[in-house]
Amino acid sequence: MTMQSVLDRQSIIVLLLLGAAAILVPVLNVAVDPASPFHLSDHLVPLLGKYISFALLALSVDLIWGFCGILSLGHGAFFALGGYAMGMYLMRQVGPRGVYADPILPDFMVFLNWKELPWFWHGFDWLPFAAVMVLLVPGILAFVFGWFAFRSRVTGVYLSIITQAMTFALMLAFFRNDMGFGGNNGLTDFKEILGFPIQAASTRIVLFVLSVAALVGGYLLCRWVVSSKFGKVLVAVRDAESRTRFLGYRVEHYKLAVFTLSAMLAGVAGALYVPQVGIINPSEFAPANSIEVVIWVAVGGRGTLAGPILGALLVNAGKTWFTGVLPEFWLFALGGLFVFVTLLMPRGILGAAKDLWAHAGQRLKSRPISEPVSQAAE
Amino acid sequence: MTSLRTFLQAFVLLVGMAAAAVAGPYEDALPRFAADSYADTEAAIGAVAGSGHGQSLSLVEALRDERLMIAAGQVYIRDAAGKFVDAATGQAVEPPAGAKPVRVNNRVRRAIEAALGSMTLLSTDAGTRLDAARAVFRSRDAAALPALEKAIAQESDADLRNALESARAAIVLSKPDASSSQKLAAIEILHARGDQDALALLSSLPPGTSADVSEAAAKAAEGIRSRLALWSAVQNVWYGVSLGSVLLLAAIGLSITFGTMGVINMAHGEMVMIGAYATFLVQEVIRTHAPGLFGASLFIALPLAFLVAGLIGILIERTVIRFLYGRPLETLLATWGISLILQQGVRTIFGPTNREVGTPAWMSGALELGGLSLTYNRIAIVVFAFAVFATLLLVLRYTSLGLYVRAVTQNRRMAGSMGIRTNRIDALAFGLGSGVAGIAGVALSQIDNVSPNLGQGYIIDSFMVVVFGGVGNLWGTLVGAMTLGVANKLLEPYAGAVLGKIVLLVAIILFIQRRPRGLFALKGRAVEA
Repeated sequence: MTMQSVLDRQSIIVLLLLGAAAILVPVLNVAVDPASPFHLSDHLVPLLGKYISFALLALSVDLIWGFCGILSLGHGAFFALGGYAMGMYLMRQVGPRGVYADPILPDFMVFLNWKELPWFWHGFDWLPFAAVMVLLVPGILAFVFGWFAFRSRVTGVYLSIITQAMTFALMLAFFRNDMGFGGNNGLTDFKEILGFPIQAASTRIVLFVLSVAALVGGYLLCRWVVSSKFGKVLVAVRDAESRTRFLGYRVEHYKLAVFTLSAMLAGVAGALYVPQVGIINPSEFAPANSIEVVIWVAVGGRGTLAGPILGALLVNAGKTWFTGVLPEFWLFALGGLFVFVTLLMPRGILGAAKDLWAHAGQRLKSRPISEPVSQAAE
Repeated sequence: MTSLRTFLQAFVLLVGMAAAAVAGPYEDALPRFAADSYADTEAAIGAVAGSGHGQSLSLVEALRDERLMIAAGQVYIRDAAGKFVDAATGQAVEPPAGAKPVRVNNRVRRAIEAALGSMTLLSTDAGTRLDAARAVFRSRDAAALPALEKAIAQESDADLRNALESARAAIVLSKPDASSSQKLAAIEILHARGDQDALALLSSLPPGTSADVSEAAAKAAEGIRSRLALWSAVQNVWYGVSLGSVLLLAAIGLSITFGTMGVINMAHGEMVMIGAYATFLVQEVIRTHAPGLFGASLFIALPLAFLVAGLIGILIERTVIRFLYGRPLETLLATWGISLILQQGVRTIFGPTNREVGTPAWMSGALELGGLSLTYNRIAIVVFAFAVFATLLLVLRYTSLGLYVRAVTQNRRMAGSMGIRTNRIDALAFGLGSGVAGIAGVALSQIDNVSPNLGQGYIIDSFMVVVFGGVGNLWGTLVGAMTLGVANKLLEPYAGAVLGKIVLLVAIILFIQRRPRGLFALKGRAVEA
């Protein structure tokens, strides 16, 4: 595998755009005069950061759905678990500045009259440990879940339904106060991250740039995976699972590996989401959230990697706009989008654009378009 | 002359007898109130209560409310309006000068309560007697014992007699001077009563109880405990069957659409919701135009809900789903979108808050059966769920539509080759499944909040039922629904509602690993297609 197969034309465009965002957003926020129309106000930076973390989540769903045909309706669970791991670190950083001023115990534990830190909270005061957990917890859950599911060849809608049941069960569990994750209210009221105040504009800009960097890293990783031999087998599994198995590939191993990797990416997305939004609570596990992620992927274009990023940004920008201007109509719009995309734009925006491009190219009878290497992904 | 003398003698005799009757314990007790000392008052209360005199109840009540007045050695009862009545004769009198109420303290008050309890035990009104018997059972006041014995001797109603006897047993058990044989008899009675109260009594005997009595009590308590445990297990199974019926209603339509077309209809819950709102609308119309029909509102709503939900289902199938056959994952997403639109549509029209759906009179109340309490609306839902199940079974088994649907379920292409118009069957089956969801909504409107989110609460559970039971098999849906319902309710007492549900979800996830096609999977080559 060469550098070229990973960095095709589309990837270069994506990387350039993301790089531009990572430079422009801080510049427009810090260096441009607040009176200027080009100034990016402070509250928009974490909002954009949130979109970027959603884009990473969409990317992780595209990796399994677009390239391996696994439709997970429970990816929000991995996202939320990563978020909780980060939230636990941030809670431990609060220290004695909480309402009850307990140096060790987070506020909700004092409130519940707990005397000591539960064992699974130990170590989370150290960021590297929390960062490992952000990867490990979703990864292990995905590995165990996938090991059971793929080994017994649970596929298609059955898999979708049990992933939904998984995230629903986790939601119920995290709503319980006894779980030790703050119950209903979740984790919030964070003060600082690595000693930097979490509300400060400078911290938010750094977090935004880090999110973009993570998205770039995630994108490159996914590109590398899908353009490798491993990726070709994944696509074979997607298109003809039985045939791939008969050819001698251990289909379940491929699925399990990519499912676990995807869950870890989702966990990272959750970990970036929490400090920028300032709260993580059990409603992140809601099955509806996970289904919404799938529509981001579908809107942008399933199996394109760039599409889900575009889809996540567009749909969430639309959501922000609708809930601000026409809150009544957001669900109509979202529901309509689901129907419209599945019926009329099955390959999403990117797929439709490519079709148009090819069509136009044919009309002009120009030289044949050199198809990108990722054609198999479509 | 002689006759006149005889008559006069007889008259004098009669008057003398009457006078003797008048000067009974009641009259004897009255002067002791006039003494206005606590000890005398307490003794007098006991005497009055045991007298059986017609005035005694109002006298004791007056004493309790500090309306029993004394003036110059005479006792009067003052009523709420301030009128005075002579306690001895019952005649209304002018308020005497210098009247003051008889004083009471806590000891006297206790005596008053006991006296009232024993007096109401002998009331002519059955309801009052029952209340009094229950009050004595709780207070265990030995002072009520004589009245209780008297009441038991007179009582003809079997239930009341039981209540009185268990009250006596309660007193006897806590009375230090009762004999062992009396106590053993009392234990027997409490054992027969067999509820939580009896258990509490038996397990808290006063100190100094003899060994054989304690042993008998412990044994009786053990008996009651195991009987109560059995009843509560049966009650939980009933709750489970009731929950299972709800799941069956919600899932059975899904089983048809999923089974025939392999279509995951995420908007199924919204069909249930639409059925519930149809019920709401029917009741609104009945309330304003024909209030007399309210008892029949659910029966009117059933066909309407079926039609409305069924038509919406057919509309969805014709406009969206038929373009997505063979792409189950896309269908799932599109129907999810439709469910969002339907939810928001209902929210826009009817508002986001819960709508009030009334329960007809014949569905309220509960049936007491042994230690069970079965509410009529739950019974109605269980019966209704099974009726719907049986009807669908018959429709699929004996009608031509059923035959076609089964043929398409088993092998779509072969069915098409035999001349079945599979497109039309798809639409009809989808309409049937949605219509059944609609009538499920009529039933669920009776036990759940009618809000735009009604359907959301059932969708995951219904999928669990269908996946657990196996696709395309109504019996599987029945077994799945009942198993999940009963397992859920049996887990609840041990694990709590939420944890029980989590355990069940995990169990299903694991179960699907063992049997990816559910309990009752269709067999044959077509299944893998």
